[in-house]
Amino acid sequence: MLTGAQIIWECLVGEGVEVVFGYPGGAILPTYDAMLDYPVRHILVRHEQGAVHMADGYARASGRVGVAIATSGPGATNMVTGIATAMMDSSPVVCITGQVASALIGSDAFQEIDITGITLPVTKHNYLVTKPEDIAPTIREAFYIARSGRPGPVLVDITKDAQQAACEYVWPPDPKLPGYRPTHTPRPDAIQQAIDLINRAERPVILAGHGVILSGATSIVRELVERAQIPVAMTLLGIGGFPASHPLNLGMMGMHGEAWVNTAIQEADLLLALGMRFDDRVTGKLSTYAAHARKIHVDIDPSEIGKIVKVDVALVGDVRDVLNRILPSVAPTDRSGWLGHIRSITGDCAVRDITNLPDSGHLYAAHVIQDLWRETIGNTVVVTDVGQHQMWEAQYYRHEEPRSLISSGGLGTMGFAVPAALGAKIARPDAEVWAVVGDGGFQMTMAELATIAQESVDINIAIIDNGYLGMVRQMQEFFYERRYAATPLANPDFCKLAEAFGLMSISVSKRADVIPAVQRARQHPGAVVIDFKVEQEDSVYPMVPFGGALQDMIRRPSPIAETGASG
Amino acid sequence: MTITYIVRVENRPGVLTRVTEVFRRRAFNIESLTVGHTEMPGVSRMTIVVETDADAGRRMEAHLYKLVNVLHVDTVTEQPSVFRDLAMIKVAATPETRSQVMQLVDVFRARVIDVSPASMVIEITGTEDKIDGFVDVLRPYTVLEMARTGRLAMRRGVSEPAAAGGASAAADDVAAA
Repeated sequence: MLTGAQIIWECLVGEGVEVVFGYPGGAILPTYDAMLDYPVRHILVRHEQGAVHMADGYARASGRVGVAIATSGPGATNMVTGIATAMMDSSPVVCITGQVASALIGSDAFQEIDITGITLPVTKHNYLVTKPEDIAPTIREAFYIARSGRPGPVLVDITKDAQQAACEYVWPPDPKLPGYRPTHTPRPDAIQQAIDLINRAERPVILAGHGVILSGATSIVRELVERAQIPVAMTLLGIGGFPASHPLNLGMMGMHGEAWVNTAIQEADLLLALGMRFDDRVTGKLSTYAAHARKIHVDIDPSEIGKIVKVDVALVGDVRDVLNRILPSVAPTDRSGWLGHIRSITGDCAVRDITNLPDSGHLYAAHVIQDLWRETIGNTVVVTDVGQHQMWEAQYYRHEEPRSLISSGGLGTMGFAVPAALGAKIARPDAEVWAVVGDGGFQMTMAELATIAQESVDINIAIIDNGYLGMVRQMQEFFYERRYAATPLANPDFCKLAEAFGLMSISVSKRADVIPAVQRARQHPGAVVIDFKVEQEDSVYPMVPFGGALQDMIRRPSPIAETGASG
Repeated sequence: MTITYIVRVENRPGVLTRVTEVFRRRAFNIESLTVGHTEMPGVSRMTIVVETDADAGRRMEAHLYKLVNVLHVDTVTEQPSVFRDLAMIKVAATPETRSQVMQLVDVFRARVIDVSPASMVIEITGTEDKIDGFVDVLRPYTVLEMARTGRLAMRRGVSEPAAAGGASAAADDVAAA
């Protein structure tokens, strides 16, 4: 006989869990007490949102399921932002929450909350467990659902009495879920249609999304690309799924994608979408999106097919599996005319690129990111927050490996970077991990600096500090006549703050100091916070205005026309 | 267009909420919904009617399939099927008007299931159209109260696919459509 609490740990250990991120409280105390007898590392967070972001970062860095634990009531509700973040980006996370004793459910007991009700729309599935004998099969199902098919978060809410009561324990058999269909196999006629479209296309573009990384399809995408000479555009979460240095990699598409990438998409006669979902930040105005292109959509989730963009051929299945079926029939094709045309439309992009401008004494975020890339490229994971710095990172840090960029794409959760970077480092202790974060987002979860210090986690944090909520300020600049409502930030001294947590800190305000600071941070054996004080009113270019057509992007002003500070 | 789904689900706590949540979350408005037991123990059957277009209807089928507790979804809108609605209608009826109401009950093949001094309760089963028509002719006598089950649907013949086997094929149909 084991208690429910012991069964929880038996199951977690049985699932191969080595680390959990959590925060104790009354309704989860039996489980915390039992934890001491099991070989699982517990990372004590400072806020439950951080616990889920850490589990999410752990999952995205490693491909394994991340686990977060919290108590009932506020512990559980604090998790919701983290769970929604994982849901939007298809990240496998299992959250375990304590619940008040089953006899008290429905009575508005102290710290009682209906967390399965609250998280219904932001979990792949969730459970309320009230009996110890249900714990083991439920946890096995939760892990199976979280990591199979299109991954996502699963929450298991376990009452305190179920944790305390004892029952017989056996490792449950593989879950049998008659209604759960994690994967599909595309129909042979659809495969053939796709092959015909690819072989006939004159101006094809591959749109590579997160699914390429989740399915481990990098090498087969590369085979396809090289055989058929098809250029690749990436979504934000697709970055890393195809090497940046590959000559057929165009770069990121969409709202802040480079001009030639979006132009290629608009001029294409075939889009081959791989594990991406035509987010509005990717398509711009739908009625003018790739109007001349036939569209093949490969996605594991049937409900994504036709959701935003009407497609000609739908291949429902795992990207790698689908490409394995297509590749043998794809003809080697010379598309040098199309590729040459794309090269020719880069135009004056290089002239306008801020990294090619003469040093004006200003420190631009793009400089910081580019220098960081030059110094750290290799076995490095970059975790970004949300906003301008996120886009600059996507533009200027050239990722060669899958799972080397972790970012909150779908939900756009500020405060994600610091805890997710911590989780990524725990998952891959041999990798160098950098959090790149704005001064706004950093302050949303900076309490986790205490977790970093307590657990001696060796990550480096680059604050791109412009004294504004920069992306919102940029929108105010372009669309609200520079009326900066609630975007200027009066920040604390981030260096003193880091020191208060016992972390090393460096302040940088000149370009010449960027590389030495990065080098010092890399040599330092513990966590380092670098405060990069960058140009305050710089903007991310190019930019497709919200709801605008992809070709109507706002370009960075040409240096010839430029007068003084950019903007 | 009006789309009718027959959704078979595992009979577990909270499943009704999960199903209706998908409609709410994806901004569909449910016209009617009925739930009840089926020929299989542990399996409940929902008939759900929504007003939407064909593309959105197909996507909703895929959304429903993503629910772990949903066993099978059958979109019977354009399939040979029978539809039935059941209504209980309380109509004002004095001794003077009672026989007139009874005549209408006969014409519509309805049944009187309760009579009191000033009213009677009528049960009628049929398509929604037939029941709407019946209610129209009762209105002059004053309809005091009405309760309707909403649409129940069943495919004709033995064409209903088995719960597990047809599921992934149906999901592919969604994609291929």
